[in-house]
Amino acid sequence: MDTNDSLRVASLWYSMHAISQQLSPTNGCSGIELLEVDTFDLHCFQSLTGTKFFVVCETGTQHMEALLKVIYELYMDYVLKNPFYEMEMPIRCELFDINLTTAIQKDRVALLGR
Amino acid sequence: MPPAAPRSGDAIFASVERVNAELFTLTYGAIVRQLLTDLEEVEEVNKQLDQMGYNIGIRLIDEFLAKSNVSRCVDFKETAEMIAKVGFKMFLGVTASVMNWDADGTCCSIVLEDNPLVDFVELPDTCQGLYYCNILSGVIRGALEMVAMKTEVTWIRDMLRGDDAYELQVKLLKQVPEEYPYKDDE
Repeated sequence: MDTNDSLRVASLWYSMHAISQQLSPTNGCSGIELLEVDTFDLHCFQSLTGTKFFVVCETGTQHMEALLKVIYELYMDYVLKNPFYEMEMPIRCELFDINLTTAIQKDRVALLGR
Repeated sequence: MPPAAPRSGDAIFASVERVNAELFTLTYGAIVRQLLTDLEEVEEVNKQLDQMGYNIGIRLIDEFLAKSNVSRCVDFKETAEMIAKVGFKMFLGVTASVMNWDADGTCCSIVLEDNPLVDFVELPDTCQGLYYCNILSGVIRGALEMVAMKTEVTWIRDMLRGDDAYELQVKLLKQVPEEYPYKDDE
């Protein structure tokens, strides 16, 4: 996926997430947390600042919430603490990418071990 | 998976990496001195410190939320307690207390018992209008803006100006929940 596709998907997801809050029959809905499709699952985590992180994985993959929390912490460290990163812009932080790949690989290895 | 319990300011402060406090004080002092040299006007320096604090605050809030595992605050009173008890403790290692609530519950004072920014500092006569710690007011304002609260943060008492404590007034101007991309009447 190139940057334009990523932006398109992200903005689509943002809108769907916002609409889901309004569609909810109960008050105080904080948006979609899990989307189950026949070929994949989509887990979403929203921080209290409104930033949303979502991960697309194989159906039935466990412990995605924990992975999302780890990704949130990586974002907090390598993106937010980078003084040259402009808020709300696409993330082009190499350290973030490297650490993200490592975290996902570790998670996959741990998953095989479970 | 059950949500993790919120952590206390002490616990988080104990778990982060340390740096020499004097280095921190010296660095901040160097920033203020440089701003005074570059901008010359004390009011401009106050504004710039506030802006710098704001830029820090908008980023710091996510760190605060991630490390402290707090859930959404029920009201502004809880928010103020969070800032004083967890926030200040976690980032500056100081205890702060909340007092002087107004009738609506939208305005309070946060009093700092200790302030590592001002160790060894004395304001000269030429800088009497300077709010030396104005970065702190910007940090609080920026952080709260990212969690949908527009606030005004001002210094009520400043020990460098001869008062007996450091007191920040935090006033909630309005709650600004995130705008939905679709309006009902379109």
